Amino acid sequence: MTGYIARRLLQAAGVLWAAFTVSFLILFLLPSDPVSIMLDAASGNGYVDPAKAAELRASYGFDQGPLEQYLRMLGRALTGDLGTSISSGAKVTTLIAQSFPETLKLAALALALSLVLGAGIATASVWTRSGRLRQLLLSLPPVGVAVPTFWIGLILLQLFSFRFFLFPAVGNEGFASLVLPAVTLAIPLSAVVAQVLAESMQTAWRTQYVETALAKGASRGRVITRHVGRNAAIPALTILGVLVGNLLAGSVVVETVFSRAGFGRLIQTSVQAQDIPVVQGLVVVAALVFVLVNLAVDLAYPVLDPRITRTARTTT
Amino acid sequence: MSLLPRSSRPPRRRLTLLTVTALAGALTLSACAGGSSASSGTAGATTAAPTSAPTPGGDLRFALGASPQGVDPQQVGSNVSIYIARQLADSLTDQDPKTGEIVPWLASSWEVSPDLTQFTFHLRDDVTFSDGTALTAETVKKNFDSLTTDLAGVATLAGSYLAGYTGTTVVDEHTVTVAFAEPNAQFLQATSTVSLAIVSDATTTVPAPERLQGKVIGSGPFTLGSYTQDQGAAIVKRAGYNWASDAFDHQGEAYLDSVTFSIVPESGVRAGGLASDQFDAVGDVLPQDVPLVESGGGAILNRSNPGITFILHVNTSKAPLDDAAVRQAVQVAINRQELVDTVLSDKFLPATSVLAANTPGYKDLSDKLAFEPDKAAKILDEDGWVLAADGIREKDGQKLTFDVVYAPLFTGSQAVLELTQQQLRAVGIDLELRQQTPAEQSTTQKNGDYDTYYYNSTRAEGDILRTGFSSKFNNLNRRAADTVLDPLLESELSEPDAAKRADLLGQAQDIIVDEGYAIPIFELAQSIGVGKDVQGLGFEASSRLKFYDAWIQQ
Repeated sequence: MTGYIARRLLQAAGVLWAAFTVSFLILFLLPSDPVSIMLDAASGNGYVDPAKAAELRASYGFDQGPLEQYLRMLGRALTGDLGTSISSGAKVTTLIAQSFPETLKLAALALALSLVLGAGIATASVWTRSGRLRQLLLSLPPVGVAVPTFWIGLILLQLFSFRFFLFPAVGNEGFASLVLPAVTLAIPLSAVVAQVLAESMQTAWRTQYVETALAKGASRGRVITRHVGRNAAIPALTILGVLVGNLLAGSVVVETVFSRAGFGRLIQTSVQAQDIPVVQGLVVVAALVFVLVNLAVDLAYPVLDPRITRTARTTT
Repeated sequence: MSLLPRSSRPPRRRLTLLTVTALAGALTLSACAGGSSASSGTAGATTAAPTSAPTPGGDLRFALGASPQGVDPQQVGSNVSIYIARQLADSLTDQDPKTGEIVPWLASSWEVSPDLTQFTFHLRDDVTFSDGTALTAETVKKNFDSLTTDLAGVATLAGSYLAGYTGTTVVDEHTVTVAFAEPNAQFLQATSTVSLAIVSDATTTVPAPERLQGKVIGSGPFTLGSYTQDQGAAIVKRAGYNWASDAFDHQGEAYLDSVTFSIVPESGVRAGGLASDQFDAVGDVLPQDVPLVESGGGAILNRSNPGITFILHVNTSKAPLDDAAVRQAVQVAINRQELVDTVLSDKFLPATSVLAANTPGYKDLSDKLAFEPDKAAKILDEDGWVLAADGIREKDGQKLTFDVVYAPLFTGSQAVLELTQQQLRAVGIDLELRQQTPAEQSTTQKNGDYDTYYYNSTRAEGDILRTGFSSKFNNLNRRAADTVLDPLLESELSEPDAAKRADLLGQAQDIIVDEGYAIPIFELAQSIGVGKDVQGLGFEASSRLKFYDAWIQQ
C-alpha cells in the first residue's frame, strides 16, 4: 500500500515537472515577450525608449538564454516561489491563493449538481418502462454537451438576473452569486455523467444477476440501487478525473460570463498578457489538482468494488 | 472528449426544438429590452442638467469592462486603470475639457522661461496627502526624480513627458523649478495628466510593483478603500478635500461616499446589470447594448478620445504603399461617414484629421478626407494601375493589395475594417485583414512585417504627433529621416507662442494627410452607460471619467 502510494506520488511529480517544462517551452516559443506587451499597455501605444525596455527585460532575466531561464524558474518553483506577475508585479502565489478558493467553491457546487442531475437522468432512464420517455431522457446528454456554455450562461442571466432579479449577475459575494455560474457549469458536466452512467446502467440491466434478482422478486428500485447502480458507478468514477479537467476549463468561460474572480479568469487574463510566471504557476496548480483527483479515484476503486485489487491495477 | 456523443439515436430533432424554444425566449427578452427607447444621451461631457441640487452620500456601483493593471496613477495607461487611479491623486495643473486650457490645481500659478526649458510652479500651501503629510516643493522634486530613476522602466508615459529632464530645484517650501536640456513645450499639459500626478513623499520610495498593487497615497478627492487584482476596487471619499481645480464643477469634498468597481468583461452583462439596477454606471457600452441601457431610463455619455484617431499607419518602405499616389488614392476612397453610420453609432465621429477634433492643435482637414471614389480611380488610372478581371487593379503583374494589422481591443474595429475593405474593393484595391493579439503585434511592429498598422493613441496635446510620426521614435512609417516633417515636429517643442505652435502642428497634419503617411478613419469615443439616478458623472480632458462631481439622486 505505502509502496503503491509512493510510486503514484513519484508519477505525480513527473507529471508536474512535465507540465512545467512543456508550458515553459510553449511560452518561450511564442514570438513576443511579456515586457513589450506590458509596456504597450502602460504607454497606451505611445513611444517606449528601447533602452528602458531592455533594462526592464534584464531585470526579469529575459535577456538570459532559454536554458538558464528555465533552470532559474524551475529552481525557484521547487522552493515554492513561483515568481511575480510581469503585468502587475503581484506575487504569483498570492494571485493563485486569492483566486483558487473562489473556483473551488464554484467547482464543488457544479460537480455536486452535475452528479445529482446526471445520476438522476441515468437512473430515470433505466427505471422508466416507457420507451418514449427513455429515448427522450437519453437524448438529453448530447444536447447538454452540444449547447455552448457561454450561451447557457447568458440565457440564465437574462432570465434569472435581469428579468426576475433572483440572483446577482456578477461578483463573488455570497451563495446567491454562486448559483447561476454553478448551474451553467454543471449542465455540460451532468450530460457527461448521464451519458456514461446511463450506458453502463443499461448494460448492467441486461445482465443475468439482474434477471436473477428480479426473478427472485426484488423491486426495480432495489435492483437499481443495490445491483445496477453500484456496478455502473465504476465507469462514472473513472471519468471524475476528466470532469475535474472540464471544470477548470469551463471556469474560464463561466467566470468571464458571470464576472467572477477566480482561477479561470486569471488564466484568461494572464494568457492574454503572456504573463509567463502566472501562466506557469496556473499550469502547475492545475496539473497538481488533476494528479490528486486521479490518485483519489484510483484509491477509491477497491472501496466501491472489492473485485478490483490494487495489484491488478498497477500491473496493467 | 471521445466519451461524449455516443448515444445510439441521433437527437437532432429534439436539439432543434430546444434551441428554437430558448432562442425565442432570448429574442423576446431583447425585444422587451429594445421596445421603449427612453431619452437618448447627449454628446456633451456631463449628464443632463440635474433636476435638483446635488445630494451628497451614497455608493456608486461601477462596472468596468476590463481588469485594471493596477492603481498607481504614475504607472497605469489603460482607461479602466485610470478610471480608478485618477480619483486618488491630483496633478500640478488641470486641463479644462471644454477649452483645452491649462488651469491651476496643486500649483496655483506658474512661469515658463522664454526658451521653454524651465518651468516654475507655485504650490498651494493648504494641500495634504491622505497620510496627513503636507504637499511641499520637496514632494514635487521627489516625484519627478523617482519618475526618471526608479520608475523610469515602468512609468513609460511619464518618462516620455519628462524626456530631457535635468532636475528639479526647490526654490522655497512651496516653489519648484523643473528644468530640461531642450525646449519642452508639451510639458505644461503633461503636468495635468494622470501620469504626472503627485503622490506623497513616502510613496515615492515604495517599490513600483507594490505601488501598482495599491500602496499609493495621493491628495485626491478619493482614497483607495480596497483593491484586489482582477477582482475589483473601492474608493472612499476623502474628508476635508478642499483643493479642486476650476475644471471641476464644484468645490469641497466629493459628493459620493464611495465608488465600488467590479470587473464585468461581457458587454451585454454590463448593460443588463445597469438596466436591472445592479449597477449605477457601466463602462464601454457597445452600440448594440445602447437600447437596453436606455430602456431602463438610463443614458449614454460620450466623448471622443483626443489624440491620434484610429488610423492606418502606413509602412512606406513596402510596395505598393511606397507609391505616394496609391496612398493618396486610399485616402479618398474611404467613406468615413458611412463607416460611422453603418457599423458604429451616431456617438462616433468620422476622422477629419489625423488628430481628433477635441485635441488642442487640431486642424480641420475634412476637405482632404472627403469621400471621392472617382478621384481615387483617376489617381490610380494615371499611376498605371489597371483593373483586372477579378476587380483588383494591377501594374507590371503586381496586384494592388496591402494588409492591415490590428488588435481587436476596441470591439467595433473588426466591423469597421471589414467595411473599409469593401469600400476599397469598389475602386479596385484589395485590403487584407490580419487580426493579431497585442503580443503578436509588438513583434510584427518590430520586424516591419505590415503594410498598414491600425491603432489609436490618446492624449489631449498635439505633441502626440511628434512621438507618433517623427522618424526618431517608433517610426511606424519606416521613413528615412527627412528634412520636412521631422524638423517641423521638432520645432513645435520649442515654440512658446500657442498660435504659432498650433500652426506648426497644423502644417504637420497637412503633410501627414497629403503624403498619406497615415489614413485616418474615425475618432474613438468613450461610451459610458449611467442609470437614471446618476448625475454629474463627467469626463476629464483626456476623456477619462471623473467621479468627483458625480452624485446619486435620492
